[in-house]
Amino acid sequence: MARTLITMPERARRGEVIEIRTLISHAMETGYRRDADGRLLPRDILRRFTCRYDGELVFGAELHAAVAANPYIAFHTVATATGVLAFSWEGDNDFVHTESRTLVVT
Amino acid sequence: MPSTRRLWLAAGLGSVLLRPAWGTPEALEAALREFTGGAPVREGRVRFEIAPLVENGNTVPITIAAESPMTAADHVQALAVFNSGNPQPQVAVFRFGPRAGRALVHTRIRLSDSQRLLAVARTSDGNYWSRSADVIVTIAACVES
Repeated sequence: MARTLITMPERARRGEVIEIRTLISHAMETGYRRDADGRLLPRDILRRFTCRYDGELVFGAELHAAVAANPYIAFHTVATATGVLAFSWEGDNDFVHTESRTLVVT
Repeated sequence: MPSTRRLWLAAGLGSVLLRPAWGTPEALEAALREFTGGAPVREGRVRFEIAPLVENGNTVPITIAAESPMTAADHVQALAVFNSGNPQPQVAVFRFGPRAGRALVHTRIRLSDSQRLLAVARTSDGNYWSRSADVIVTIAACVES
């Protein structure tokens, strides 16, 4: 299971733009590297990241091999109402990882 | 003794001929066309922050942003990053809804060589804006096993 780190405020004022920082442990093997015997290491990367706020897509990313290992993505969202932010990472070899955080809006 | 000028010329020619097939400006152009659908791209409105001299190409922090009010009627829909020196021209495409609040993203990328990078924004009215950045890389990604 991949380890993730999500840094965001627990509460915010209505209308405030908050920053969300996400980090996930993943090798992001490019498919261009070779092992010690010269065999090409198969590609194994994260392809997609999404953040939904009460079901609505607020931010998404399509990733390629040029994204560094342990992808770090920081973005913003407007605190509209108390709700759940759902984070999802999808990648090669049927990789799926989801996380969720509650944001309290006052 | 051969002249130094000839040596320099030979070295220059060698570096052109020995360049690998990947990471060409043509590949970048093709990837850009795929993103824009051939629409014209104007320079400006996009901010691209990256260190001009990168010591380690394996993890290079970047910040890309575009000026936008981020309302339902007028917002940045996507920010794409392309490169001209890695095996693949695409780096990432970031998509924003109006509720993203700001068209700004921080991430970390790989650079296999000194090269030019390009960030392109697509706005909700269908316009494209870009900003390029030149980077010198001293330790390239992809070389170590």
